[in-house]
Amino acid sequence: MLDASILFSSVLNGLTTGAVYALIALGLTLIYGVLHIINFAHGASLMLALYAVYLLKDRFGIDPYLALPLVVPGMFVLGYALQRLIINRASHGKDENILLVTLGLSIVMENAALLLFKSDTRTIDTAYTLSTMAIGPAMIAVPKLVAFAGALVVSAILLFIVGKTDLGRAIRAVAKEKHGAKLMGIDVDHVYAMSFGIGLACLGAAACFLLPAYYVNPHVGSGFVLVAFTVVVLGGMGSFGGALIGGLLVGVVESLGGLYLGESLGQIGIFVIFIAVLLFRPQGLFGARA
Amino acid sequence: MKDGARELFSIIVFVALIACVPLVTDSGVTLNFVMTALYAALLAQAWNILGGFGGQFSFGHALFFGTGAYIQAMAQINGGINAWVALGMAVAGSAGVGVFVGALSFRYGLKGSYFALVTLAFAEVFRILALSVSFTGGGVGLMIPLRESALNMQFISRSGYVYVVLVFVAVALLITWWLKHSRFGAYLQAVRDNEDSARAIGVNPFRIKLGAIAVSGGLMGAGGAFYAQVFQYIDPAIAFGPTTSIEALVAAIVGGIGTLWGPVLGALVLHILADITRNMFGQLPGISLVIYGVVLVLIIMFMPRGIGGLGKSCKAAFLRVRKKSWRAHE
Repeated sequence: MLDASILFSSVLNGLTTGAVYALIALGLTLIYGVLHIINFAHGASLMLALYAVYLLKDRFGIDPYLALPLVVPGMFVLGYALQRLIINRASHGKDENILLVTLGLSIVMENAALLLFKSDTRTIDTAYTLSTMAIGPAMIAVPKLVAFAGALVVSAILLFIVGKTDLGRAIRAVAKEKHGAKLMGIDVDHVYAMSFGIGLACLGAAACFLLPAYYVNPHVGSGFVLVAFTVVVLGGMGSFGGALIGGLLVGVVESLGGLYLGESLGQIGIFVIFIAVLLFRPQGLFGARA
Repeated sequence: MKDGARELFSIIVFVALIACVPLVTDSGVTLNFVMTALYAALLAQAWNILGGFGGQFSFGHALFFGTGAYIQAMAQINGGINAWVALGMAVAGSAGVGVFVGALSFRYGLKGSYFALVTLAFAEVFRILALSVSFTGGGVGLMIPLRESALNMQFISRSGYVYVVLVFVAVALLITWWLKHSRFGAYLQAVRDNEDSARAIGVNPFRIKLGAIAVSGGLMGAGGAFYAQVFQYIDPAIAFGPTTSIEALVAAIVGGIGTLWGPVLGALVLHILADITRNMFGQLPGISLVIYGVVLVLIIMFMPRGIGGLGKSCKAAFLRVRKKSWRAHE
């Protein structure tokens, strides 16, 4: 039997990873909830954001956390432009086309990164990269704690934007009934692009919190894509609270799976959950029944 | 000629023409090109049966591809079974996996994005399993020992492989043709277009879709087995990684889904495109795929019904113009 303190630290580690998963999934679930599309370029966009953080640190010496005010708006603009100029135009209103366009975009992004940065895995060095803190019997890396707190704050901001602002009301209106929203004078294309922009802005924040304790290479995004899908499906597509709790849950499952089954087989727990939820509860743990 | 007969004739001409290629040339480059293009067409056609005719968009067809490839390799390495017998097992096995995944997901009514995601997840589960259990060789992969002889489905010249994959493509084309002109195919398309109406007129959507995923999976498994024989090596990432799933569906959609020749056309166009970009920019990693991705987006943007659809639109436009000029004459 495993020691309780190992179990405790494993759960804690899982929670901190899960918070970042939640952040990535929040962007995905927003895009899904409003546009009803699965954004296959999500992982590649995260990879771009990670490179942005890396370059800012490497070339200009900007600390990843201080890069937040640069990377988050940058990703927002990228998302807005992508949706407005490419995805919207190419989709012709058909879901499978959107799927393919985002797939094509991810191919372009990943290989452009491969071209520019080669396939080397890169990390950054900060004063706090290796520092740890004791919580109870467990030692936990400081960047992971910061990521945990940051993910919660960003989620709260997102919930506020969607729940309390005019933009949020427009987003929810378009998500529910886009023709009705259009008749009410809402610029649907603009709201779509705003949602996509905000979704990618979440990735910008995730990248800033992730990189100090993580790495970047051109294919880093694909590892996150399926995990983010799992989180979104688990929480219920389009549900923000669900994505947050789902993210933490998936983080813990992954961590415990790794502890009991070993590094490679441990990942299987996530997908088994994913398939089981899709089959038996496709509306997710917290989603409303369609 | 009626539509059905004309299409059947076009299949025969296509197969006969390709069959002549190894007779007129023994250039390795040409034969290799023909072989890989046919192989890409096979994967696209396999995907098209479920995605194009059944309307079930799979994002994890590598699941069937990898199952076929692993059965083909393991039957020979671990079981000492003849390669041709192994091929039969690979097709049956991947069709079986298709029935299993289909039974689960169709029983619980998964559609659209949900079905796409569940296939993706199954492929990932199989990849992790192949990586973790010992009899698949784990991450090291499996090497099929070299025993060059037609009896072992290992050919000294590429032309042998061309004929093998040509037979697969011919079978896939005939199945597609049958789907367009048979009762089962009509049921399948009815289920794709409106499942509830199909049910109302007495079609059992569950069984129809199950049949489609079995055929689609079996053909994809043949593609996997073929890959294993040609390259004599597979590992979990090659077999179950997302690349194959994407290749199959992109070629089918670029060419035009739910059509007889669309997937072949799409596979050929993308194959030539990839070849050109690789030759032009081969020394720079990534750029050929950047162009590939850009072209994909452009095709979707400007030819939403695929390249085959473009031909159809041109034909329709031509007929309209001709009609108009006739009217002008009257």
